[in-house]
Amino acid sequence: MDDLLRTLSLQDYNTRVVVFGVAALGIACGLVGTFMLLRKRALMGDALSHATFPGICLAYLVVQLAFGAGRSLPVLLAGAVVTGIAGVGCVLLIRHATRIKEDAAMGIVLSVFFGFGTALRGVIQSLPTGNSAGLDSFIYGKTASMVASDAWTIGVAALAAAIVVVVLYKELKLLCFDDHFARGIGRSVVGLDVILMALVIVVTVVGLQAVGLILVIALLIIPPAAARFWTDRLSVTAIVASVIGCFSAVTGALISAVVENIPSGAIIVLTAAAVFVFSLVFGTKRGVVAKVLRRSQALNFVGATHMSPVAVASDACVAPTGRKR
Amino acid sequence: MRRPYREKALILNWTTIDTKIVIAGAVCAMACALLGNFLVLRKISLMGDAISHALLPGIVTAFLLTGSRASLPMFIGAACAGVLTAWLAEWLRGRGKVDEGAAMGIVFTSLFALGLILLRKYADHVDLDVDCVLNGVLETSVIGDTVQILGLERVPRVVVVLTVVLFINAVVVVGLYKELKISSFDPQLATTMGINSRLMHYLLMSLTALTTVAAFEAVGPILVIAMLIVPAATAYLLTDRLPLMIAFSLVLAALSAILGHVGAILLPRALGFDDSTTTAGMMATMTGVLFVIVMIGSPHHGLLARAIRRRRMVRQIVSEDVLAVMYRADEDERTVTPDLLIGHITGTGSTIGKAVHRLARQGLVSIQGHAMQLTDAGRSSAQRLVRSHRLWEQYLSEHTTVAPDHVHSTAERLEHVTDDQLRTRLATQTRSETDPHGRKIPKE
Repeated sequence: MDDLLRTLSLQDYNTRVVVFGVAALGIACGLVGTFMLLRKRALMGDALSHATFPGICLAYLVVQLAFGAGRSLPVLLAGAVVTGIAGVGCVLLIRHATRIKEDAAMGIVLSVFFGFGTALRGVIQSLPTGNSAGLDSFIYGKTASMVASDAWTIGVAALAAAIVVVVLYKELKLLCFDDHFARGIGRSVVGLDVILMALVIVVTVVGLQAVGLILVIALLIIPPAAARFWTDRLSVTAIVASVIGCFSAVTGALISAVVENIPSGAIIVLTAAAVFVFSLVFGTKRGVVAKVLRRSQALNFVGATHMSPVAVASDACVAPTGRKR
Repeated sequence: MRRPYREKALILNWTTIDTKIVIAGAVCAMACALLGNFLVLRKISLMGDAISHALLPGIVTAFLLTGSRASLPMFIGAACAGVLTAWLAEWLRGRGKVDEGAAMGIVFTSLFALGLILLRKYADHVDLDVDCVLNGVLETSVIGDTVQILGLERVPRVVVVLTVVLFINAVVVVGLYKELKISSFDPQLATTMGINSRLMHYLLMSLTALTTVAAFEAVGPILVIAMLIVPAATAYLLTDRLPLMIAFSLVLAALSAILGHVGAILLPRALGFDDSTTTAGMMATMTGVLFVIVMIGSPHHGLLARAIRRRRMVRQIVSEDVLAVMYRADEDERTVTPDLLIGHITGTGSTIGKAVHRLARQGLVSIQGHAMQLTDAGRSSAQRLVRSHRLWEQYLSEHTTVAPDHVHSTAERLEHVTDDQLRTRLATQTRSETDPHGRKIPKE
């Protein structure tokens, strides 16, 4: 019981590090994901995060073969960035240069890149010093392995993403809602898309370690999608999405710290999913309950105006304000 | 998989196990690719990705309930999870008004997370290898259970299962070929013809789930996704006809399975290691390699073919422009100089120079020293071009709202694609002898 309290009240240094790291990650993913969702590129994060895997494996192999050193996080993440960018580039190339549509382009990139990563992982496993356990934490995530420097990296990346989003808020908004207009007034749509993709690459790569490459997709998609049930305003969506992202990440991390044998990435995603379901039902703007209420109100209103004794008796239709038509 | 008995040389020590691996891989690949054609055409190829991730909780739950691998309950559990994914994603999109891609993303990541937790929480105590479930190990699955069938002894069970699935897919695709085809290309038309597009969608999703489950333990989800999407997309670049596309995708799928296994043996040795690597990963990689080859080299839709076509068209346009400029110079009784050509034609000096020499070789232009002249043949083809141009100018200013000083640029583009028939029709529409600028329209 003491342990539980200790963990939950963040007295433990390790817990503090992890909570700080995932909170920053949740905020950054929520912010960036909002724009990805509205740009209708939600699954780009999927293709991208799978594409980082061969980079991690390649970087590991290169370091092993050239220097004989063990795994060094910055090098692995640099590899992830390189193949991540290559993956996004391939999606764009396939979509623009051939007649294949975006969904298939993303599917091709994610499966082929990840497949190649798996093949490289097989090679690593066969190395005498090879131990793929460290690499697997990139696939499924392992917050417990987070150290202070990792948390700081995530914090800095989140701050950078937030600054870029605030500075370019107007441009990104335009990009999401009316890219033709953006082009018309001389904004570079391609440039803005590149910036947005760069942000996604940054948060994905720093998120790899915390929640893993499959589940970082969820942090990019679920909080913004949940936020949409509460509001129609972009700025509010972005803020609500970051709050949801932060909340799910911290809650998930704490649960996994308290309960034994619960993978942190997965529980973070499940928390986010629970928030999503809650928003889906109770969201004030598009939630199911709100919709049903509005609908029944409208029906009552129509019913009342049609069936009211005045309308029936006077044989005249009475408008809601009482004005005669 | 470790294979310590192989010699360290770039030769294939092909054994019956290798043959079995390739057969299992190829059958699985073809079963996936067959359905993939329709997923790619319906632009829902990522549904394969979503379903194969979302199967995990179904498989784990079924395993926890029955306590055995490779059983019918596991199959049913996974198939349920697959159909549930498709249905939930569809519901979120339709009723929840969530963007289609996001809807898929939400459903499959949540289900996958649930599966991971179940797996880690409960299955660790029992005999369910995490690595096997998540990555699939083709090499061990073919030497696992064997059955005796059709007089053949020791046929790997996975091969039998996958063959049955391939057969089911083939029967459905052949039996409902027309319905699948129409509802893939034109759902509205399908509905007016009395075909239930939604039913077709869910049928396809169920088959995808079934195939994915069957392939899951044998080859792992990533190869399933690759085989569902990549061969079909590759075939889409090779042909415009659906039957051919299906045939190509099957061949490509089988080919990547074979090349993938060979690659899995050779790649690590090329890097200087003894062992071979995961076959499933290399098979997925090979689908990508074949895709890149086709993307560049496909006869009609390939990048190379497109570049060549574009180049040829640019050449033709420049040549035609040269002829037209020389014809107009003749009309004004000006001499044709290189500067005149460069001043009137978009293109660098060297492209124009090459065009002039090409025209000279074709006998349309004669060059003597610096003087260039149209030959008789050149004059008549130039005349046709100028006639098209001026007919278009006249037509546009008579029949459309294009301002007279803007018709030139439009006519400039249209003159290159106007044939005899179109000229005749234009001539009947405009009875004028001259163009809007007062120049005479030459006769045919």
